[in-house]
Amino acid sequence: MTLQLYINGQKTEVDNNVKNVADLLKSFQLQGRIVVVEQNGKIILKEQYDKQPVNDGDKIEIVHFVGGG
Amino acid sequence: MLKIADKVFQSRLLLGTGKFPNFEVQKEAVEASGAEILTFAVRRMNIYEPSQPNFLEMLDLSKYTLLPNTAGAKTAEEAVRIARLAKASGLCDMVKVEVIGDDKTLLPDPVETLKASEMLLEEGFIVLPYTSDDVVLAKRLEELGVHAIMPGASPIGSGQGIVNPLNLSLIIEQAGIPVIVDAGIGSPADCAIAMELGADGILLNSAVSGAKDPVKMAKAMKLAIEAGRLGYEAGRIPKKRYAVASSPIEGMLLS
Repeated sequence: MTLQLYINGQKTEVDNNVKNVADLLKSFQLQGRIVVVEQNGKIILKEQYDKQPVNDGDKIEIVHFVGGG
Repeated sequence: MLKIADKVFQSRLLLGTGKFPNFEVQKEAVEASGAEILTFAVRRMNIYEPSQPNFLEMLDLSKYTLLPNTAGAKTAEEAVRIARLAKASGLCDMVKVEVIGDDKTLLPDPVETLKASEMLLEEGFIVLPYTSDDVVLAKRLEELGVHAIMPGASPIGSGQGIVNPLNLSLIIEQAGIPVIVDAGIGSPADCAIAMELGADGILLNSAVSGAKDPVKMAKAMKLAIEAGRLGYEAGRIPKKRYAVASSPIEGMLLS
């Protein structure tokens, strides 16, 4: 069983043992990295990662800082 | 000393972090520049390459103040969204408002910039808008309560230097907040000119990252900004039409 999410604009399947945002980041080995997560247009703060459920069909943005002027 | 909102900086150079040949050169260039404020962009992460190195994660963040930009935004709403994402990192409360209105010149959209600045000020951000060199727009932004005004010297990445020193000096003259010349700087001379006009700081990127030797250029920019500032504070002599001898007229042997 998998969950279907839209991550950074792309349809992405993740294992359905991904229950919350913390699990999601872990599944992509992004735990501990400097990233910001937006779920269905709403920013999820770090403190909420392990409480915030991830649901089928969610639109998720995972952004970070890159070089820029 | 450069003061933006309640933050005090020794360096008047703000350095962008884009387009360096590699992270090693970039790190050295950042050090050589003496910059305390570094700009960054916010972008989607490539989640399939988690081991990809990230420059920001290589920095000692206690030494630098991050200034995320809203590059990529074409409307006030998009800029606000990017700014909120940046702030949610917990690493910064300043933002460079950058709303581009034209793809070819990358000149800022004045209406959207004003709108975004107003919205972000309401949310408690320290707001530094990148604007054109329009004198009235600069005034309107200051009236909104922005914390610094960042007029472009010429189009982003063009290296054309200061194409409108008159407008720039008028903006500086009227401003009660720091004026940071942002974009278009090509050489150390451009920095010195802007600083001699009375600018409070310079934000540059391509002029260093694209130089043949970015580390050396970073140092050159630092020195030019310091020299320009000292020159401004010292007060230059007025220009005269004819020569004025610097050696005494009295006691000349041949008279």
